[in-house]
Amino acid sequence: MRHTISVLVENEFGVLSRVSGLFSGRGFNIESLSVAETLDPSVSRMTIVTSGNDQIIEQILKQLNKLISVIKVVDLTGVETVDRELVLVKVNAEPETKPEVLRLVDIFRAKIVDVAPRCYTIEMTGDEAKVNAFLQLLRPIGIREVVRTGLVSIARGGNVVAQADKMPHQGRG
Amino acid sequence: MVRALTDLGVDVVFGYPGGAVLNIYDELFKSTKLRHILTRHEQGAVHMADGYARASGKTGVCLVTSGPGATNTVTGIATAYMDSIPIVVFSGQVPTLMIGNDAFQEADIVGITRPCTKHNYLVKDTKDLARIIKEAFFLASTGRPGPVLVDIPKDVLASAEEYVLPKEAHVRGYHPTYEGHPKQVESAIRLLKEKERPVIYTGGGAILSGASSELAEFAGILGIPVTTTLMGMGAFPGTDPLYMGMLGMHGTYCANMAISHCDLILALGARFDDRVTGKIDEFAPHAKIVHVDIDPTSIQKNVPVHIPIVGDLKDVLKKMIKLTKGTKEAASFREKITPWREQVRKWARTHPLSYKHEPKGKIKPQYVVEQIYALTKGQAIITTEVGQNQMWAAQFYKYDSPRTFLSSGGLGTMGYGFPAAIGAQVAMPGKLVVDVAGDGSIQMNIQELATAVQYRLPVKVVILNNGALGMVRQWQELFYQGKYSQTCLPRIPDFVKLAEAYGAAGFRATRTEEVKGVLKKGFAVDGPAFIDILTDPNEMVYPMVPAGAPLTKMLLV
Repeated sequence: MRHTISVLVENEFGVLSRVSGLFSGRGFNIESLSVAETLDPSVSRMTIVTSGNDQIIEQILKQLNKLISVIKVVDLTGVETVDRELVLVKVNAEPETKPEVLRLVDIFRAKIVDVAPRCYTIEMTGDEAKVNAFLQLLRPIGIREVVRTGLVSIARGGNVVAQADKMPHQGRG
Repeated sequence: MVRALTDLGVDVVFGYPGGAVLNIYDELFKSTKLRHILTRHEQGAVHMADGYARASGKTGVCLVTSGPGATNTVTGIATAYMDSIPIVVFSGQVPTLMIGNDAFQEADIVGITRPCTKHNYLVKDTKDLARIIKEAFFLASTGRPGPVLVDIPKDVLASAEEYVLPKEAHVRGYHPTYEGHPKQVESAIRLLKEKERPVIYTGGGAILSGASSELAEFAGILGIPVTTTLMGMGAFPGTDPLYMGMLGMHGTYCANMAISHCDLILALGARFDDRVTGKIDEFAPHAKIVHVDIDPTSIQKNVPVHIPIVGDLKDVLKKMIKLTKGTKEAASFREKITPWREQVRKWARTHPLSYKHEPKGKIKPQYVVEQIYALTKGQAIITTEVGQNQMWAAQFYKYDSPRTFLSSGGLGTMGYGFPAAIGAQVAMPGKLVVDVAGDGSIQMNIQELATAVQYRLPVKVVILNNGALGMVRQWQELFYQGKYSQTCLPRIPDFVKLAEAYGAAGFRATRTEEVKGVLKKGFAVDGPAFIDILTDPNEMVYPMVPAGAPLTKMLLV
């Protein structure tokens, strides 16, 4: 089964290789991984999408927790979440296909961010299903290149994984 | 750095100098408090720090230079990692500005040791040095212990900063659970009381936790038979009537039968290694499992566990004792499982560990180990190499107290025993330390004899010399149609002359009747000694569970 795991880590060199080394060294599988700094610059958040049976997922969660550089691990599977991925696509834009591309961009609420003589670069965000559907429809037109960020995920409602902002009240302002 | 080590209570460092650590060695030269043991190879230094840690319970410390100095420590670090031994390894590194340039004697040792350390550091700023040293010792020695490496570039060592050693180490991502959950402990005891054929299976965790006396008390209250892993030797008295011996691939018939027929396993600080379980699907088919371990990743890793308890074994056992000690229920439980104890005793009686002793014939290695036991009255610290020597040392010597059997259990490192013995001797100067070795293993770190001689460390090496890599040859004999590919060692050095060349004493026995006298002579020598014993090359380690077979399918003598 697929799981989305949110991990807070120390924002220091070598952490990414500790986490990825853990997965490769124990034969676990990473489908996607994204990392960036949080509000607290000493902490980064990783969102890891992985799959495996219950026993493997249990080991993944425990092994992640065991890493000294890992501060907190939360399995977002089974939690109501908002999932988003950003994709940049370079697609053929011939005179006869341009209207179709523009229509799809409109339908999917995507954006054309760069225009070249016979090529559009499109930016689109959505959950995985939406991104896949978009790419599938663009395919017959001719995709030249795709870059995906991998999934990021956040729980719905007031629950937080992150350590609270040190200035939540000012932040709300 | 030297000051930080001294302030942390370190009294001895095992090391080898080099360009990148010249500044530390310059400080060490001036220090009166910190003793440095110069080894002959960096691998030896790590094993010595490891042996020091296992024998004393303190954290072992090792210091090496960059590049090859650092890479030579890897086997030692991996050995300590697999057996959860607290050591801190300091390695020099090329100056910060040269890192990544393939500089002379540069190696990415932090990258190389990432999967075999509990944690490691590259110190980028002298300001962080004292804090990181503090954290390194804290991490190495707490929770599930393990090796920590601190890599220090030369410029970081050379520059001066104000020295501030933090009082406490604080690592926000690290919170080991020490207290076993009381509800879980209660459920474990409740489950235990329903059962009729319980077994305690304990390992290295009991020694690391210092839980031996609690373990003996708890087993005694309820009268539960105990088996240990290789790593658990000495955690429970080897002479106690409840002790069944080691289990697993070369475990006793009794222990393997008991674990296979029991209805409850209390796994206390052991991790269900493949050498213990045999074929995992047929391991303990009738048993429910209670697993106590300080490391949550050990639980549910290899076998399904019914009641997991994360915590320090000493704490958990204290709670278990509190729930049972002096109760009527405990007494009736002990009474109830009498038939089970009888059954276990019967297995032990009908199939004891045995070998064919030849008073006038070839020397049996098992006999040698028995004689070591008799001569030392079980009071020595025994280290082993890896292979047949290791198994015989585990089977035929009875370990009554923890930290007296030091062996590379997880990684199975040949060449471990001799440097580990030297480290143990440094930790315990008054004790007799004996390395039970083979003629193959001893040649893997034989250079450390110079270290033992230099520091007058009177370790005794008993070489069970069968002219072969015995354990591998045993597998070839049993499973590869007797094709002894590369396992016969035709050109074994004369260990007596070799010992003498190093300035140590050398002895040899070639006939059974000489063994006792030669051992006695060797043990009585003031300094280090090699005792070369030419043993029967055809002797094999039994019982044996073939790899991948269930524990009940033992090959017996």
